[in-house]
Amino acid sequence: MTEPALRTEALQKLFGGLAAVNDVSLECHVGRLHAVIGPNGAGKTTLINLLSGDLAPSGGRVELLGKEVTGLAAHRISQLGVGRSYQRTNIFMRFTAFENCRLAAQSRLPSSMRFLRPAVRYAEVNDAAARALALAGLRGRAGVVAAELSHGERRQLEVAMTLATQPKVLLLDEPLAGMGAEESARMVELLRTLVAGHAMLLVEHDMDAVFALADTLTVMVNGNVLASGTPDEIRANDEVQKAYLGDADD
Amino acid sequence: MDTQPRSLQIILIAGLVALAAFPLVGEKFYIQFVTKVMITAMFAMSLDLLVGYTGLVSLGHALPFGLAAYALMFVSPENGAAGVWWSLAVVAGVAALASLVVGLLVLRTSGIYFIMVTLAFGQMAYFYVHDSKYLGGSDGKYIYVRPVLEIAGWQPFNLENHVDFYYVALALMAFVYVTLRVLLASPFGRVIAAIKENEHRMQMLGFATFRYKLVCFVLAGMLAGLAGWLTAAHDGLVNPEMLSWHQSGQLLMMVILGGMGTPSGPILGAAALKLLELGFQGMTKHWQLLLGGFIVLSVLLIPRGLAQLFEWRRRD
Amino acid sequence: MDPVIFLIQVLNGVQYGLLLFLVASGLTLIFGIMGIINLAHGSFYMIGAYLAFSLTRLHGNFWVALAAGVVIAVAIGAALEWLVMRFLYRRDHLYQVLLTYGLILIFEELRSLVWGDDVHGVAVPQGLDFSIPLTDNLSYQTYRLVISAICLAIAFGMYWMIQRTRLGMMIRAGAVNREMVQSLGIDIGLLYRLVFALGVALAALAGMLAAPVSSVFPGMGNQVLIISFVVVVIGGIGSVKGALVAALAIGLADTFGKVLVPQIAGMVVYLLMAAILLWRPQGIFGRT
Repeated sequence: MTEPALRTEALQKLFGGLAAVNDVSLECHVGRLHAVIGPNGAGKTTLINLLSGDLAPSGGRVELLGKEVTGLAAHRISQLGVGRSYQRTNIFMRFTAFENCRLAAQSRLPSSMRFLRPAVRYAEVNDAAARALALAGLRGRAGVVAAELSHGERRQLEVAMTLATQPKVLLLDEPLAGMGAEESARMVELLRTLVAGHAMLLVEHDMDAVFALADTLTVMVNGNVLASGTPDEIRANDEVQKAYLGDADD
Repeated sequence: MDTQPRSLQIILIAGLVALAAFPLVGEKFYIQFVTKVMITAMFAMSLDLLVGYTGLVSLGHALPFGLAAYALMFVSPENGAAGVWWSLAVVAGVAALASLVVGLLVLRTSGIYFIMVTLAFGQMAYFYVHDSKYLGGSDGKYIYVRPVLEIAGWQPFNLENHVDFYYVALALMAFVYVTLRVLLASPFGRVIAAIKENEHRMQMLGFATFRYKLVCFVLAGMLAGLAGWLTAAHDGLVNPEMLSWHQSGQLLMMVILGGMGTPSGPILGAAALKLLELGFQGMTKHWQLLLGGFIVLSVLLIPRGLAQLFEWRRRD
Repeated sequence: MDPVIFLIQVLNGVQYGLLLFLVASGLTLIFGIMGIINLAHGSFYMIGAYLAFSLTRLHGNFWVALAAGVVIAVAIGAALEWLVMRFLYRRDHLYQVLLTYGLILIFEELRSLVWGDDVHGVAVPQGLDFSIPLTDNLSYQTYRLVISAICLAIAFGMYWMIQRTRLGMMIRAGAVNREMVQSLGIDIGLLYRLVFALGVALAALAGMLAAPVSSVFPGMGNQVLIISFVVVVIGGIGSVKGALVAALAIGLADTFGKVLVPQIAGMVVYLLMAAILLWRPQGIFGRT
């Protein structure tokens, strides 16, 4: 069994006296997709925020590729190979789709403290951006300003930007949010192609997508892990049925 | 992105040609006036780097400007001239150091608080200089001879000559303009623009945004220092008012009026305010009424600043 | 320091602080509730002082002049809001800054046209132009104590209005959610006009009260303006309570600064602000 690309141990986040995330231990391996599901308010987004560095943990450990990264600043974690997409689209609205990805790709230059050559002349950066856009299915829309993209395209752009940073670990927060049937199917296909080369953590409400993609499922309720295992194991788990899957038809 | 409308490019080139030809036909008073306007335009461009491009609204930009002016005064001998190169180097160093120290502190805040903290540091510098006898107090001090540039005995220009000074100022203004354009197109510049758009996302993409803002703050300070050096050399006088919030405030007005985040905005804003001031002063004793009225009307009628006047609607 | 001198400095500091509070509270209300940064706020202070000068010459009684001045200030505020300010609500703060800067120039010139550029004095109101003796050779002007008392009364009045009346509730709600207040059937335009006029009146009133002790001169608005912004930011934008605390702190710091460290007296206020903002960037009572 290979080393997990991402590992947490007893991860905890307290807000005042409230534990939004409590005692969460999980692993993500390259080539496998680990889905995290649970009702609203279960702490799934907080968990992703802890892993991406948006929030600092109150307790526990996070290990990335064997290295401890607990409490590191977000930009450091990103540089170590973690890419994160947002539930509520968090892109550069006034820039084109290409520029959005180009900036993401530029982050992988050894340093952006470069003042002379025009940014658009860095061929390797442009290529990485174009590749990411193509992978996310936005090749034809590169020149469109992000504010003018459709909602589904913006979600694709979210993923494209994450890919452009060439991460080892992908943290995806509800990439399918607000998408129609056709767009969702396209996104699921995209995610499926990505699993082979990345360790993926997916937070989602769309159960069809989750069961189609996940190798491992973790169910969270009220900040705690209720159950964890293969999709079949989870489907058969009574507690999970009661707490969540019973009314998960949204 | 930042490609300018054709009409504006043509006007800028025409303007440059007109400025180059002006000393041939202008009187000394007006040549010196336009020199001051060009220096102010440089000062405004340096502030726009912070305000328009990075989204950092500083109300203390007079600090590096004024400190640079005082630095030149310090290194200028009473009976001789300072050398252009090394006095510029000293001044740039002073401005950079001051901006670095202030930046490390103020960049921890944002929004209105950033504005106020930059104001605070500007005011502290103002009061320190104002109340210091050895710096000349509220009267300030003189610089008796303008800096001299000598290369192996040859002087390419003589700053004591107002026409020479004019062309030096024009060349430097063009230099600052080009520098900013290059800077903004560079990887650094793209990071800065993106920080203004969505700083949080930039951090998530792996950029240490604080560092970039700090470098930008220092660069803007150095350019302000250049303007300070020129102003002190031109006026032959440094006084605490160069550090006051009025100075910072008026500069900010020029940047906003001209159109923030546009390459030519600061130049338009500086030119407009200075020219209107001169023009209105010639018309009536109560010129502030006219200038104030102009400002109020332009805010109400031209939402994005004077640079907007040159944008012919290509897109909706 | 001699205890009596200390007491005098404290009284001075408190009085200065309370006047600052009057000006700053108007500023914080306008900024916090309407989201408008108004650089011309200092001009209203100046206009108040000049109004006091003219009105006391017209009608001997200071208090009648004060009342008339407040009414005029309210009218000016309402007119200004209707003519100009209401177009700024959706605009970027920087454009508000620029426009109100233009207003400063206009007000300066109008003042010059109407009253000229001389320095004037306003007599301390009759019946109050005596001093309370504290020691053999030190005494304290009664009028200064009256200023402080009036400002404190206004502070309580504002607290009562904002916390306990329907109008205050609307004001607080309007600060949080403009659209919601509108959908409740409240005319937000009228509300904003009222708040703005109130802010202007407070600044003008401060100028009127200050006139007998600080004289009436061009440029008095500028000094007050920058300090009142400092007060607002230290106290927390939109917080009247914060404005009170910050104003008193600054009043005392400035007064004692001039006495204890005269070489850096001017810097004291800004050092204080920088220190507070670097420790707590949103101000003492501000919301993050």
